[in-house]
Amino acid sequence: MQTVETVMLAARGLGKEYGKDDGLVRAVDRVDLEVLRGETVAVMGPSGCGKSTLLHLLGGLDRATAGEIWLAGQRIDQMSERGMAAIRRDDVGFVFQAFHLMDELTALENVELPMLLAGRAPRTARRRAAELLERVGLADRARHLPSQLSGGQRQRVAIARALANEPLIVLADEPTGNLDSEATLDVLRLFEQLHGAGQTLVIVTHDSRIAATADRLISMRDGAFIDETRLTGGVSGQRGVGGDLSALVNLEG
Amino acid sequence: MQQEVVLALLAKEPAHGYQLRARLRQALGPLGDAMNDGQVYVTLTRLEKAGQVTAERAVSDPDRPDRKVYGLTAAGHRRVADWLAEVSWPKPDLAEFHLKLLAAAAARLADPIAIVDAQRRELLRRLRDAERAAMAEPDGSEPALLLEGIVLRLQADLRWLEACERAWTRRRSQDQGSRR
Repeated sequence: MQTVETVMLAARGLGKEYGKDDGLVRAVDRVDLEVLRGETVAVMGPSGCGKSTLLHLLGGLDRATAGEIWLAGQRIDQMSERGMAAIRRDDVGFVFQAFHLMDELTALENVELPMLLAGRAPRTARRRAAELLERVGLADRARHLPSQLSGGQRQRVAIARALANEPLIVLADEPTGNLDSEATLDVLRLFEQLHGAGQTLVIVTHDSRIAATADRLISMRDGAFIDETRLTGGVSGQRGVGGDLSALVNLEG
Repeated sequence: MQQEVVLALLAKEPAHGYQLRARLRQALGPLGDAMNDGQVYVTLTRLEKAGQVTAERAVSDPDRPDRKVYGLTAAGHRRVADWLAEVSWPKPDLAEFHLKLLAAAAARLADPIAIVDAQRRELLRRLRDAERAAMAEPDGSEPALLLEGIVLRLQADLRWLEACERAWTRRRSQDQGSRR
């Protein structure tokens, strides 16, 4: 059966250069990328390979020096600062390694904030924020300040906040970078849940754990894509657990 | 089935074969799916012949002669104690892979970096399977702890593959430089 796949995010010949002449650095070097609706794509590479810069370009946090960016069929890289700010607020959800929550606001207020900034009615914003916290398993932490939460809980608040305005795409920069093994698993579960709900996700990371759960994995070195691995059969193609797992334990003897 | 594992399952108290199987399933979760049920009985029979296990017909159920109760002999207890005291650790054979890369490069039979890439894809798939299984486990389950070990181990292997890729990429550019 032929399914129609829509491109949610596309980059063509995307580049970011700093300096000039001998000091020229190509942080992102003519990158082409297409992310389908509902797809989870991981970009993996060592620190300094340009993956964070790439994510900042894709989300309009930084301006490219070459190429185009299209989000849901709309070219966004040439927009005015104002237009870009609206895209960042309404259409893109960001998740960062260091969480970037507002320290003086409660978990609930942190999730509410982007909705209030987007002009939603305070009552609607409060209700949706509570729902989102429930969805990330933190309904009972709504009145806590970030300082009263563990790292894993803070990141889940940050993910709830990223979803506040029902973004077209969620961009995550090293989301498990500051988390221990258990909290990493919680975040992976959450991303899996988002993926199941049809959310489009781009994750840049050097953590192979999170990369392995993506549909597609792109390896990046020195600003360019060098390899691509499809980890699932398709956007919806998921294999059952257990098939190859027995290869991981050896009970013969 | 490793004999010591079966012996150790009997250390607490005598048990039926099916109880041992159930205990293994609980400990291994989805990782035990490929386990052949007959393996436990084959191992028990061998251990009985070796004098480390005794097998008694369960008196309570004369209609089911297959339902034997297995218990440890003194020799069986000693072997379990030795096993627990023994320091051993399963080792992945990195040397073989390392030598494969060297041989491929020396004979110019294959590109070592392509071999590393193929290996990385395979390990990523296994990591993905292990992650999915870990996500499906409830918090604190026995298989979850085993899966965490498998995940961490695969991550370490993937890190080593990154080091391989860097080293072989460097070697390749040096070779190209010296041929110029």
